[in-house]
Amino acid sequence: MKLGKVIGTVVASTHVDGLEGVKLLIVQPLDKKRRPKGRPVVAGDGLQIAGYGEIVYYVSSREAALAMPQNTFVPVDDAIVGIVDEVHEDPGR
Amino acid sequence: MKLGRVVGNVVSTVSNPLYDGRKLLLCDLVDERGRDVGDYLIAVDNVGAGAGETVLVLDEGNGARQVLDWPEGAVRAVVVGIVDRVDLG
Repeated sequence: MKLGKVIGTVVASTHVDGLEGVKLLIVQPLDKKRRPKGRPVVAGDGLQIAGYGEIVYYVSSREAALAMPQNTFVPVDDAIVGIVDEVHEDPGR
Repeated sequence: MKLGRVVGNVVSTVSNPLYDGRKLLLCDLVDERGRDVGDYLIAVDNVGAGAGETVLVLDEGNGARQVLDWPEGAVRAVVVGIVDRVDLG
């Protein structure tokens, strides 16, 4: 999983089966210091409550479909798994 | 699997239910000499790894689900070992 920031939403009224009612968010991937890194992705909101500007962590590929709450297969390849309260850095040495 | 170093953890109270109470470790990915390769992963801890420790990170869903016993879990990266030593030829 990686850190990301919700920077927008996507509405796609014409879509394949399985995406009905799925909240789609634009997520900007972040590095471990929460700086933008890489291209934004469109992620399914597995929690249904991730909001604009929130720092989240998301999972990709097949696991994204498993992160979605619907009990049907949701064809997404990125999905938000949790909202980050804090990233505690401790290099330990 | 990948070599990583634990450099922190992610605190998250609102998350996929499976993640409740699980420690999420922030791991730098490192090479065989322990040098940072410029990438990181958030991995579910399964061995009680601490900050600064070099760890083995399994970054594949099926294995992760078996290790955590989450048959339908949305998980890919799991810390599966703490490295004591790396010997290079």
